[in-house]
Amino acid sequence: MTASALELAGQAWSIEDAAARVAAVAKRHADQVDRDGAFPAAAIAALKTEGLLGALVPVAFGGLGETLSAVAEACCTLAQACASTAMIYAMHQIQVACLVRHGTGSTWHCNFLRRIAAQRLLLASVTSEEGVGGNMRSSACAVQLGTGSHGAGQRGAGGYTLEKRGSAVSYGEHADALLITARSGAYAKPSDQVLVVSPREDCELERTGTWNALGMRGTCSSALRVVAAGKAEQILPAPFGQIASDTMVPVSHLLWASVWIGIAADAVDRARLFLRAAVRRSEGALPPGALRLSMAVELLEMLQARVTVGLRRFEAARACAAEPIPVGEAADMNTLKAGVSEACLQVVHQALLICGFAGYQNEGPYSLSRHLRDLNSAPLMINNDRIRETTARLLLASKPRLGLL
Amino acid sequence: MEVDLRATLDRHGRLDVPAATLADDADLYAAGLDSLAIVNIMLAIEETFQVEFPDSLLSRQSFSSIASLERIIRQLQSESV
Repeated sequence: MTASALELAGQAWSIEDAAARVAAVAKRHADQVDRDGAFPAAAIAALKTEGLLGALVPVAFGGLGETLSAVAEACCTLAQACASTAMIYAMHQIQVACLVRHGTGSTWHCNFLRRIAAQRLLLASVTSEEGVGGNMRSSACAVQLGTGSHGAGQRGAGGYTLEKRGSAVSYGEHADALLITARSGAYAKPSDQVLVVSPREDCELERTGTWNALGMRGTCSSALRVVAAGKAEQILPAPFGQIASDTMVPVSHLLWASVWIGIAADAVDRARLFLRAAVRRSEGALPPGALRLSMAVELLEMLQARVTVGLRRFEAARACAAEPIPVGEAADMNTLKAGVSEACLQVVHQALLICGFAGYQNEGPYSLSRHLRDLNSAPLMINNDRIRETTARLLLASKPRLGLL
Repeated sequence: MEVDLRATLDRHGRLDVPAATLADDADLYAAGLDSLAIVNIMLAIEETFQVEFPDSLLSRQSFSSIASLERIIRQLQSESV
């Protein structure tokens, strides 16, 4: 139900309720999305209907002006139904967060934020690149400024063109706009990058690979060749290095972690229902392995607390005028990502030991197959080994922020 | 000190441009300075200038320009005498 329909019915709209309604849609299609590696079209359409794609867009630009914590909660709710839907929603919001934080000084990007809210646009990102690998802070392709017109879109003087071979572009063909990283010019170093916003009508896409993966199958993260052209003002004014460290990396880790916790929470709930049925059948006797339900919940609660603390610190740092201490925050977000991604898998493993072969099945109410396969992407999304090497170095300079307040 | 500091930035800062081309007050973040490079620069400064960087100075502001880093090194050197 849309916000206005609810108002007519005399009910208040809330992001929690809206996310729960979308989750109900996502749940109905989750098995088919997983089986066929299909884009979760029905769930994304429901997100659009609810206006949830504009959740982070400020009210002044026609969005919902929700906090990152509220969006993280929505990611967690969606992930309990369909991890692919939740990850797509998280990845979209990461792009919106970058535009809200780094684009509001530019007229073009302000107008684009209004479009995201009004037209309910879905944003995807093209950060990976063939030949570069997973290092987001390095590009091979470059924007060409002041180039003439070939192909789609409007340009001329003050225009740009760009060609990029993205190695894993999640839902690129289903997005309404792409945010693309590239070197800032023909002679720029690989780390001297910019971020360009390219509405779908300004780019040509060609799928150059397939996405037949173990899990997260509905994210459709295939290789894609992108040719984009438009106005130079579509390039965000801040250097990408700053956008990445200030917003893209921390928001990614916080929202991904929220998705992973949602997946683990649903696995624990399946184990709980399995045990309930078993206890009913055995007239009250606990089956072997029942204590693992407590162990799984203990770990899950610690993970929830870790992400809550991370969200609170991040929001407090962005709310205060003083610039954040870059080293400490980067280490904090990295330990959150590496720690939560692996511990969520441990939670699901506990659930699997409770459910036994009912959990090992590929289908049925106690199947944990999808949870395990989806969650195995978590340590790989920016490989934990690479993250931990960086983190160890960061921790040399910055004492970890412990303490209970 | 200026020469040593620029050499340190070239070796450890992973900047987009050579440090010799940067003015004393040029924004190092705009030149590509990131968190990992900050740590490497901090450790190199401690070694080169025989100082110890306190946590309180590990701020975005401290590493914002060559001039700022010079000020901090001078201050730490005078404190350690």
